[in-house]
Amino acid sequence: MLKDAGMMALASLALAMPLVGFQTVDRGAGIVLDTRFGAMFYAVAVIFVGRLLLLLIEAGHASLIQAATVALSAAWLINVAFHLYPITWPALGWLTWIVASVLAIRAWIVQRRATRPAAGYTDGVEKLGALVARIGPYLGGIAVAFAFTMPFMPFADQRMVDLGILVLTYIMLGWGLNVVVGLAGLLDLGYVAFYAVGAYSYAILSIHFDLNFWQTLPLAGAMAALFGVLLGFPVLRLRGDYLAIVTLGFGEMIRLILLNWDDLTNGPKGIGSIPRPSFFGMQFTAAPREGVTAFHEFFNLDFAPIHRIIHLYYIILFLALLTNWFTLRIRKMPIGRAWEALREDETACRALGINPTNTKLTAFAIGAMFGGFAGSFFATRQGFISPESFNFIESAIILAIVVLGGMGSQIGVVVASILLIGGPEWFRDLEAYRMLAFGGLMVAIMIWRPQGLLSHREPTIKLGPSPGARSA
Amino acid sequence: MEYFIQQFINGVTLGAIFGLIAIGYTMVYGILGMVNFAHGDIFMIGGFISIITFMILGVLGVTWLPFSLLCMLLIAMAFTGLHGWAVERIGYRALRNSNRLAPLISAIGVSIFLQNYVQLLQGARNKPLSPIIFGGIELMTSSTGFTVTFAYMQMVIIGVATVLMAGFSVLIARTALGRQQRACEQDMKMARLLGVDVDRTIALTFIMGAALAAVAGLIWLLRYGIIDFYVGFLVGIKAFTAAVIGGIGSLPGAMLGGLLIGLIEVFWSAYFSVEYKDVAAFAILVLVLIFRPTGLLGKPDIEKV
Amino acid sequence: MNAAGMSAVPLLRVEHLTMRFGGLVAVDDVSFDAADRQITAIIGPNGAGKTTVFNCLTGFYKPTVGRLMLSPAVGSEFLLERMEGYRIGQRARVARTFQNIRLFPRMSVLENLLVAQHNKLMRASGFTLLGLFGAPVYRKAEGKAVELARYWLDRIGLTARADEDAGNMPYGDQRRLEIARAMCTEPHLLCLDEPAAGLNPRESAELNDLLKFIRDEHRIGVLLIEHDMSVVMKISDHVVVLDYGRKISDGTPERVRNDPAVIRAYLGEEENEALPPEVEADLRQGA
Repeated sequence: MLKDAGMMALASLALAMPLVGFQTVDRGAGIVLDTRFGAMFYAVAVIFVGRLLLLLIEAGHASLIQAATVALSAAWLINVAFHLYPITWPALGWLTWIVASVLAIRAWIVQRRATRPAAGYTDGVEKLGALVARIGPYLGGIAVAFAFTMPFMPFADQRMVDLGILVLTYIMLGWGLNVVVGLAGLLDLGYVAFYAVGAYSYAILSIHFDLNFWQTLPLAGAMAALFGVLLGFPVLRLRGDYLAIVTLGFGEMIRLILLNWDDLTNGPKGIGSIPRPSFFGMQFTAAPREGVTAFHEFFNLDFAPIHRIIHLYYIILFLALLTNWFTLRIRKMPIGRAWEALREDETACRALGINPTNTKLTAFAIGAMFGGFAGSFFATRQGFISPESFNFIESAIILAIVVLGGMGSQIGVVVASILLIGGPEWFRDLEAYRMLAFGGLMVAIMIWRPQGLLSHREPTIKLGPSPGARSA
Repeated sequence: MEYFIQQFINGVTLGAIFGLIAIGYTMVYGILGMVNFAHGDIFMIGGFISIITFMILGVLGVTWLPFSLLCMLLIAMAFTGLHGWAVERIGYRALRNSNRLAPLISAIGVSIFLQNYVQLLQGARNKPLSPIIFGGIELMTSSTGFTVTFAYMQMVIIGVATVLMAGFSVLIARTALGRQQRACEQDMKMARLLGVDVDRTIALTFIMGAALAAVAGLIWLLRYGIIDFYVGFLVGIKAFTAAVIGGIGSLPGAMLGGLLIGLIEVFWSAYFSVEYKDVAAFAILVLVLIFRPTGLLGKPDIEKV
Repeated sequence: MNAAGMSAVPLLRVEHLTMRFGGLVAVDDVSFDAADRQITAIIGPNGAGKTTVFNCLTGFYKPTVGRLMLSPAVGSEFLLERMEGYRIGQRARVARTFQNIRLFPRMSVLENLLVAQHNKLMRASGFTLLGLFGAPVYRKAEGKAVELARYWLDRIGLTARADEDAGNMPYGDQRRLEIARAMCTEPHLLCLDEPAAGLNPRESAELNDLLKFIRDEHRIGVLLIEHDMSVVMKISDHVVVLDYGRKISDGTPERVRNDPAVIRAYLGEEENEALPPEVEADLRQGA
């Protein structure tokens, strides 16, 4: 046991040595070397102690849980209290924390198993998934009701509504990508490309052809869907992993074209002064142009910038709900079942006479279309877009939302968006660790529960219990 | 003509880097049937370990260049190999018999994790390294005064890459480890029944792939004198393209593919447009996958139903 | 050359089928017919090329040489070797099952049967547009599809478990569910790849009944690959024997059973007296 933990500590020491132990510090034009041996040894010590305790717990000493948690928390407190390391280095605290939590959970599971041998903990998660699926409609109703009234709640200041818009945008993107990844089982790593196509189509169309938001939106969506078909047609025959990397390349390609095609996209400078959406022709400005009514004038309100933001909020809420309705509905269509069947077994699908390429293509195009809608909204909300907003990190965040929420689960996407987007916006100091945590969580969830966290699946259709009752 | 020769030399140098990384992609694909998305980031880690080693050597006062280069090479290979091992152990081993999507997503997760890990630990800014190998041989000069130079640096790079690739090919073709690896590629279950330690073989595959990527990282650092936490993303995609062009699963294919991608990129930049050089690489990837998914040297993969 | 009891134009006519993989000849100039309303069995030792024949028939491989003609009683003829894989299921209506069961494990039993009716339902749903808004045309079509599914569920005795995941069914039920799924495509020809593999005697008997039912009541042709001699001898009307990719015998079960070439292929060069008793019993069971 000691040997196992020692080996692990040794391995982590060797791993930590070059990158944790030494630090390249930027100084002027060059860099100098600095050391962080203290931090390194602390991390290794935590891993050693943690591993040792974990092994003890696994061996049946689950009562050590208290000791373990207390010891590790104490270590963390000491660490903070004595200012052994600068405050800018909170990662050690997090590491301690994570190790302590893992130990606590493991100990709890082991203890539970000792008392109730039959119940595995995965059953618990499955039950949770089934519960969420059962109360889903109510939960969804409450969530929608909350979403509708949120801007008028007492706590809803401008920042809150802005955050709501941001979270809803990602919910919509997550739902859109869920069609591709969750239902059809196609790993699309370049989803942001369709978001970008939608945004740029919107910007260019609305500026050059003087179309309003609701006229441009379908065009931008169609444009994104077209791109989806153009990319999908040649590559959807490929095996899953090839598809993933081609979509990744495609995402970069679109970004590079946006960056370099100056005549159309204005290159790295981006496109500015994109028209804002109006409310039935009424603008949200303090001093509207000649002949145009302003929103606050029509409704006899004092001008307030939050009106515009609330209006945007309802637009994205509508778009997101549209996406949700569409996805839930299409899942019960033959095409939706064919998507899921393709995800399960493509060979069997072919034997049943299902055209795999066309079926995947529809999923790809529909996902792209919703990406395009979201992109249009992004363009009109920001009023300014540049290629920088559409890099791989965006694709990765959207994918993380879908994966962590549970592939195919609509509520999972909502929960994941609130946690992954809303959380870091609220706790700014976590921002730096956000992507690190996303990456780590993606690995952890795949190992622990490859189908996704809330992956309980309800059949799209049920056979009535009484035979013959439905005979047509 | 002179310009062409100069670009050819540059292309081969770049191709050596891609080839070294592509070997890692191709080996892992051959044995596990998965794209190790994090491999580009392993290359990046190799570059970082190289620069840190160089600075430590500087602090220790090691100035004799061949010795310090050798140290950088060995240390980077060892520690990056360890990272490769850890990635396999933590991120992939448990997913070996999982559905197809799970290891891919896990690999993306590892890639995101590694990028941000290095960014947090070493900072987001470019890390510069002033050139340490100077000079070269002037091969010829054109009438317009353009001189073709074969820099010593490029010689070292091409030399190191060639020696390593040759040694590595011998390792795979001749040794017991190579035989075990090929056995696992053919049929993992059968190999296990015949007494091959599959876990160990796969772990060694990752370590070797990572060690070669570390060499690529070192070379990259020497050639371009700069590295940052994000460099693995693009270079990784291009090296994967190289592996696909050569025929994924084929070692000579990976080296050939790397060479081709290096040449294409350099010539594209030289004769068409620098801005679109990355677009060209992706376009080639897509074209190859559509028209010749088995690549140049790959075997067709017959679907078993 | 063909067995007695065949109609003038067979449902399936395989002519000079050859399949090479590089230097390996998996199927070598095989010709045979399979008739409507008959069960035709393809038997042969391991590696005889049986599954390769199936894969050519169902479009997973493109044959190197040969003609595969399907002539349904109604409608036009199809040259299967020229059709793209999924079209064979969609247009020519050749359905198949797989040696290692390929259900959609995380979809319900009923959903598995509905996916099989995909093309019909796609048309009825106006390629999704009508269905999305709940058009009555689509609802009616879906109701009918569910009825067809229910019919097969009753037949295989899985009605009570229709809403459970297909992957949770016991092995024998999965085998029969896969056949039911293939039948839901309303095929002209049903190809079964070792349907009795892994079944216990009771399940095997149920399978025989199901296959006879399909032949007699649904009046389609059934082509099956089988190792289990008792199944072959009991239910097939016509047997084709392959060995090393070549056809070595073709005819009624009685004829094939007594063909010296078949006995040699199964038992090696020593003559018939060396027949082990259990094989003898196996062969006799069918009589």
